[in-house]
Amino acid sequence: MTTTTLKSRKLEREDLAGVTSFPDKTGHFGRFGGKFVPETIMPALDQLEKAYLEAKDDPAFNAELEYYLKEYVGRPSTLYYAERLTKKLGGAKIYLKREDLNHTGAHKINNTIGQILLAIRMGKKRIIAETGAGQHGVATATAAAMFGIECDVYMGEEDMRRQALNVFRMKLLGTRVIPVTSGSKTLKDATNEAFRDWMASVRHTHYILGSVVGPHPYPMMVRDFQIVIGREVKKQILEKEHRLPDYLIACVGGGSNSMGLFHPFIGDKEVRMIGVEAGGLGPEIGQHASTLTSGKIGILHGSASYVLQDEDGQTLPVHSISAGLDYPGVGPEHSYLKDIGRAEYVSITDDEAVNAFQECARLEGIIPALEAAHAIAYTMKFSPKLSKDKLIVICLSGSGDKDSFEVAKKLGYKI
Amino acid sequence: MNRVDKKFRDLKNKKKPAFIPFITAGDPDLQTTKALILEFEKKGADIIELGIPFSDPIADGPIIQASYYRSLVRGIKVSHTLDMVSDLRKKSEIPIVSMVSYSTVYKRGCQAFIENAVKAGLDGLTIPDLPVEENNEVFETARKNDFKIVCFVAPTTTEQRMALITQKSQGFLYYISVVGITGVRDKLPEDIVPNINKLKQITNTPIAVGFGVSTPEQAKMIGKVADGVIVGSAIIREIEKYSNEPYEKLVKYVGEFLGQLVVGAKG
Repeated sequence: MTTTTLKSRKLEREDLAGVTSFPDKTGHFGRFGGKFVPETIMPALDQLEKAYLEAKDDPAFNAELEYYLKEYVGRPSTLYYAERLTKKLGGAKIYLKREDLNHTGAHKINNTIGQILLAIRMGKKRIIAETGAGQHGVATATAAAMFGIECDVYMGEEDMRRQALNVFRMKLLGTRVIPVTSGSKTLKDATNEAFRDWMASVRHTHYILGSVVGPHPYPMMVRDFQIVIGREVKKQILEKEHRLPDYLIACVGGGSNSMGLFHPFIGDKEVRMIGVEAGGLGPEIGQHASTLTSGKIGILHGSASYVLQDEDGQTLPVHSISAGLDYPGVGPEHSYLKDIGRAEYVSITDDEAVNAFQECARLEGIIPALEAAHAIAYTMKFSPKLSKDKLIVICLSGSGDKDSFEVAKKLGYKI
Repeated sequence: MNRVDKKFRDLKNKKKPAFIPFITAGDPDLQTTKALILEFEKKGADIIELGIPFSDPIADGPIIQASYYRSLVRGIKVSHTLDMVSDLRKKSEIPIVSMVSYSTVYKRGCQAFIENAVKAGLDGLTIPDLPVEENNEVFETARKNDFKIVCFVAPTTTEQRMALITQKSQGFLYYISVVGITGVRDKLPEDIVPNINKLKQITNTPIAVGFGVSTPEQAKMIGKVADGVIVGSAIIREIEKYSNEPYEKLVKYVGEFLGQLVVGAKG
């Protein structure tokens, strides 16, 4: 038993009611969060926050969002009992929240539909986004195509190589994919370039950030658009099992699918929440992306959070086989949940994730995204220790179709 | 009195704008940086804006990004830069303000960072990713140490924010001439003059203009309306051009380039 879980037991329901009301008015989650961006885009963040808070309370906006989530995205996604996985592991009963069944094959579209509706409301004429695995890029390109809005997506050259299929999908959808050649040529650098674009285009462009990271109001707003995952899970598990789950397990890169799953359960202290980070090739610097499990508080991309930095605040190199987890920062709210002991964070290596990727395919007929395979891999280690009456819900954040080439390469197959 | 304040007071009496070149510490190495600062002083620079390299500068264009990168891959740490400044102080009293990411300041701790900077002989900081409402400790610590935190105003800044920023900024105000990142530009936007005049109505703090200013003609235009002219990318580009030459040659050529900008700015 770790010290964090002991601490979480001490948290009372009343304390947790306060936690769910975060961030505060200035966008802070305790010592995390905030807005650390150049003055040029500060007015745009103020405008965005104001527009979002108004939209959030506007029944017409919510009805429209709900309409698209239902009719276009295909929500609610199912909560599927993974019977063979459960039997194989021999411990807790395992459910999969099937975000892979959403249109475009991942949870990312929940957020892009919300933000594009907001962009239209603000009268913005162009959309930009960053993408790592390409799932957020595809979800943004899809929403932009559906609403007929010009869209540019920044993507690291290395990620474009790893996720060539998603690059082509974005192009098909009419989006311009702009290769990023600076730094490590991955998600962090794509995010830098998107911010630089926004510095120049802020008057007419909305930046659809894809995770619960970045300056306020993004961590709050993206969380709110992803909260649908956890709300549905709560309703579905009560229908199926007549009680709440014992464990929620989800992968954490920036942390949007996990935050969407966790948030509605923060006040239910009997529910343990476990975020799974990318352990990559091992614990050495540059070999992993385990920000919460081995990082320290710092500033990256506009907010204070756990980050992987050196003593001068320079971002350290990261690695993960999963392009969606390959990020040296993490959402400020996750940092906060870690600090107060409400959520726990662990890491899973590339090899463990690839193994889980195959196990899930063979046992359940579901090819999970490599990101989600991290959550499955941890469950495979964790669940056998639990009794049969325990319940686990895993967020299966996306489909693994996009990863087939990368995994084939890793396993030595030629396609 | 802080060297920045004294410099602007002297220039005001002479009715001349300050010329403020930006260079990256450690590009191509710290010995050259030190020599460049001394050369720039000789050629008429009034204040040095010394960039402390950062791995992820979102306000900077490709020229300054590449310059930061060249410095970082050489292993230049903040401590090396501060040592260079201490050493330089044996020879020069030119005011030096460092451009530094809040990521770097925060990591060290605001108070410790500022105290180290003061001890090394820096006169102030510009922190492009620290908006005025975020951390009052930075401004308070600076005040106690007679150190300056220079704040930014952008063309997108609302009048409400302008009021807040002008109250907070110490030493001078940095007006960002363009909506965009740092870089060389052929043309500067037309709203510079009205925006500077608007700022002048609400503050007596000197106003320096940067981002995109790259030729003697542009420096001249800015020098007429503002209290300071900041040139960055155009100088960095020259440094890059001569980076394979012996450093005496680099210093001489970049110094000559800077001399033309000074003539432009001061008329």
